[in-house]
Amino acid sequence: MRIGVFVCHCGSNIEGTVDTAAVARAALGFPEVALATDAMYTCSEPGQDAIVQAIREKGLSGIVVASCSPRMHENTFRRAVERAGLNRYMFEMANIREHVSWIGKDREANTNKATELVRMAVEKLRRNTPLFSNKFDVTKRVLVIGGGVAGIQAALDCAEGGKEVVLVERESSIGGKMAKLDKTFPTVDCSSCILGPKMVDVAQHPNIKLLACTELKSVGGYVGNFQVELRKKATYVDWTKCTGCGQCMEKCPSKKSEDRFNERIGVTTAINIPFPQAIPKKAVIDPASCRHFLKGKCGVCAKVCPTGAIDYEMKEEVLTEQVGAIIAATGYDVFDISKIGEYGAGRYPDVITSLQYERLLSASGPTGGHIKRPSDGAEPKTIVFVQCVGSRDKSLGRPYCSGFCCMYTAKQAILTRDHIPDSQVFVFYMDIRAPGKLYDEFTRRAMEEYGARYIRGRVAMVYPQGSKYIVRGADTLLGTNVEIEADLVVLAAGAEAAAGAPALAEKLRISYDPYGFFVESHPKLRPVETNTAGVYLAGSCQGPKDIPSSVAQGSAAAAKVLALFSKDKLESDPQISRVDIKRCVGCGKCILTCPYGAIKKIDFRGEPKAEVVATVCQGCGICTSTCPQGAAQLAHFTDDQILAEVNALCRF
Amino acid sequence: MIKQLAYYPGCSSLGTSREYDMSTRAVCELLGLDLKEIPDWSCCGSSPAHSFDHSLSAALSARNLALVETMGLDMVATPCPSCLSNLKTSSHRMQRETFRDKVNLLLDKPYMGSVKSMSVLQALIEQVGTDTIAAMVAQPLTGLKLAPFYGCIMNRPSEIMEFDDPENPTSMDRILTALGAEVVPFPLKVECCGASYGVPFKDIVAKLSGKLLSCALDAGAEAVVVACPMCQMNLDLRQKQLAKPAGVNFEIPVVYFTQLMGFAMGLPESRLGFDKLCVSPALLLSRTLAAAS
Ligand SMILES: Cc1cc2nc3c(=O)[nH]c(=O)nc-3n(C[C@H](O)[C@H](O)[C@H](O)COP(=O)(O)OP(=O)(O)OC[C@H]3O[C@@H](n4cnc5c(N)ncnc54)[C@H](O)[C@@H]3O)c2cc1C
Ligand code: SF4
Ligand code: SF4
Repeated sequence: MRIGVFVCHCGSNIEGTVDTAAVARAALGFPEVALATDAMYTCSEPGQDAIVQAIREKGLSGIVVASCSPRMHENTFRRAVERAGLNRYMFEMANIREHVSWIGKDREANTNKATELVRMAVEKLRRNTPLFSNKFDVTKRVLVIGGGVAGIQAALDCAEGGKEVVLVERESSIGGKMAKLDKTFPTVDCSSCILGPKMVDVAQHPNIKLLACTELKSVGGYVGNFQVELRKKATYVDWTKCTGCGQCMEKCPSKKSEDRFNERIGVTTAINIPFPQAIPKKAVIDPASCRHFLKGKCGVCAKVCPTGAIDYEMKEEVLTEQVGAIIAATGYDVFDISKIGEYGAGRYPDVITSLQYERLLSASGPTGGHIKRPSDGAEPKTIVFVQCVGSRDKSLGRPYCSGFCCMYTAKQAILTRDHIPDSQVFVFYMDIRAPGKLYDEFTRRAMEEYGARYIRGRVAMVYPQGSKYIVRGADTLLGTNVEIEADLVVLAAGAEAAAGAPALAEKLRISYDPYGFFVESHPKLRPVETNTAGVYLAGSCQGPKDIPSSVAQGSAAAAKVLALFSKDKLESDPQISRVDIKRCVGCGKCILTCPYGAIKKIDFRGEPKAEVVATVCQGCGICTSTCPQGAAQLAHFTDDQILAEVNALCRF
Repeated sequence: MIKQLAYYPGCSSLGTSREYDMSTRAVCELLGLDLKEIPDWSCCGSSPAHSFDHSLSAALSARNLALVETMGLDMVATPCPSCLSNLKTSSHRMQRETFRDKVNLLLDKPYMGSVKSMSVLQALIEQVGTDTIAAMVAQPLTGLKLAPFYGCIMNRPSEIMEFDDPENPTSMDRILTALGAEVVPFPLKVECCGASYGVPFKDIVAKLSGKLLSCALDAGAEAVVVACPMCQMNLDLRQKQLAKPAGVNFEIPVVYFTQLMGFAMGLPESRLGFDKLCVSPALLLSRTLAAAS
């Protein structure tokens, strides 16, 4: 083998604390190295060209680049090697930036360490073999999980791109939180007027199959070929017959079902269509409050339904779908404000969440758009808003900023003054976070044009006094205590991961952070991809996000899916495991440890053996360290290669 | 079954809160809690000690805790939340080895850290339970509207006190309900009464305690029920001083929960010390007696 070594300066990133020329000189002395040189920016066009030229002119058969982490540029260099006619796996990378120059200041020690890392890479490369991918078919259908605005956007864009979409939503209607909002910042346009048409498009698009009241049960397969099982909950109404006329709701005698759409302000009927613009507009029975289920008699809805859609015997169903890609768009939930005892939410009816307040503002809400106190229905005159409730609070395990509450609080302050001109509005805040087009101007408007009184400080306590509530807090700018007599207290409850998000992530084999938000593949450069091929993210399931960012991510995820589906065949990653049948003793330990179920037991001339299913293996390598015989070997990371690296490092 | 607990009365039980101490002993005896007074116990140091020197303050508490260890017991109950706060804080700080060594240097007998301190309230809830309490009631407090007041340090900081909810405690509520009384929703149940500021800055206590009593009256309470000698003194003894800033002439009894327990369980008044209170609850109590019969 004739090996070429390129040691990169990365500007001054590496050269600043590593003598790259010395590393290259040392590399010339390593076995089979025919050429070694240093270069300013190896990843730049001239840098890559130099590699290509060297391969051609010097007849090199393998390349080592000593530079940055392979995360970003391994693929860049593999492509360069390929352009010069070598197999892309005849390439190794030594990370002398993140592992050396960025973490140590001693130039001599750094240079020595970089040299050792290059020696390891050379020894591994000497044992590399060309590897070749297989091609396989792509199922050009996409599953979108979650029908909030992010999921809706992703579904519509994929459908417009000519691909079939299965959109799964666990509630009975799509729309997510945005459907609950009254107006939206910073333009204060009506939320349902801008979301409604999109929801109708979803219902009418020939490429979209909408499954509401449905959740993901399991996922099998791999990018391009996922098999998903979906669990459709029993709605006790046959949706093929239900026309959404709502006669059942008018007659239902049980009015004790919790009104989830209205954020539990008040109650609703046991058979329910959550809101007039619901998509699909279909009724669902809540067995927890339906008299038929509780007492065994009633049947009113069955009698009044003009199409005979009621079916008390309905059972949940499991459906299967074949898709090539999955977009998770399961959004967020709001923090449970009753966890903060000193604010008394849960005990005091007029201490409510911001989302409940949206329902009070909304014309389709429980008060018909008139702001009324939950306790006595009176119109509040003094309203106190408290920001950062359940956000930016380490003691609650929520150190992060929810991002949109500063903005929606300003919106709610403006709307309050519009609804009740003689009202007084106070806002307790920590800082105002309003980066974004027209955002800071918007919060200023709340203060300057609408006269909302902003008080910088935290609220210590809320307690009732007569029919009012005393809100006690600090004004840290004036350095005093403040007490405000309020009629209504609105807590800007922070965002938390949607209920069940970690369990869903585990099914999808994607990572989630300590708070349950899904983790993207790269925080800057791959924001909607995950580390599992074929699974993408959109909207606030990845972290709190306002509507514009959620929609942008929905479109971005759709673009990724359309790019994936633009190929008729995908190439498999050849860095997978293989079991050497001659060494395998059929103990089956690898079958137990493989987290992907990629190894199956086979019968080979009457003897049990293990065999890797190439399409399912993700190349994690767990089996190779499990197998007591060394029969399972991961291509490109064989025991031989790893031991050669270890030996290169431990020569003395 | 009789349970043994060491008992740390605290200095105020020898003076201002004798009725709390008396009623605690009487009630515990009746409920099968055998309180063993720590022989030769000493003052916990109160606020002056811990505001001056943490290790000295801890030594004062640890001396008493070490005595509990000598008694062969692993639990100690005290009626006073302020003593409890010192006992608990010392034990907490002494989990750190360097601090423990420093404190033990000051003591004749080192404290080994094996004692769990708790309030009498906690002991009654956890070692006896409200079911047993309810079963012992002889004359229920039917119709009596009570505002339970916990004070600001009984449950806080929660990491150290480790009992009940720091913002909305309910243990006393549950006991009073078990006695048959009606507990009114009392939003200021963990507010500060002004504590020892009654001596240097009377106006602060007048403002804070006045607010508490007004709130209790607004909530419809006929008496305030306390578990702290300091709160009791501020709310009861100073009612005349509170009148002016609050604009109300208060005349509302402030009683210890243990006194009401004893009363409901039919213990003789001589063991409960109602006569030591400034605002007499006699009228209220006779009303419940009349209602019961
Ligand atoms: C009070 C308040 C006011 C706001 N006002 C504004 C505003 O004025 N302007 C603005 O830009 N932003 C506003 N926001 C933020 C806005 O709500 C979000 O940006 C937006 O809803 C995010 O959309 P999403 O699709 O990512 O998530 P969501 O709206 O949360 O939608 C997620 C959907 O997924 C479904 N789902 C969840 N888990 C599953 C599962 N396992 N299986 C199937 N389905 C599932 C949910 O039922 C839901 O329908 C406000 C937020 C709040 C709390
Ligand atoms: S957006 Fe504003 S209110 Fe919301 S958590 Fe961040 S700083 Fe607090
Ligand atoms: S490398 Fe082994 S353990 Fe990992 S996925 Fe492939 S077969 Fe399973």
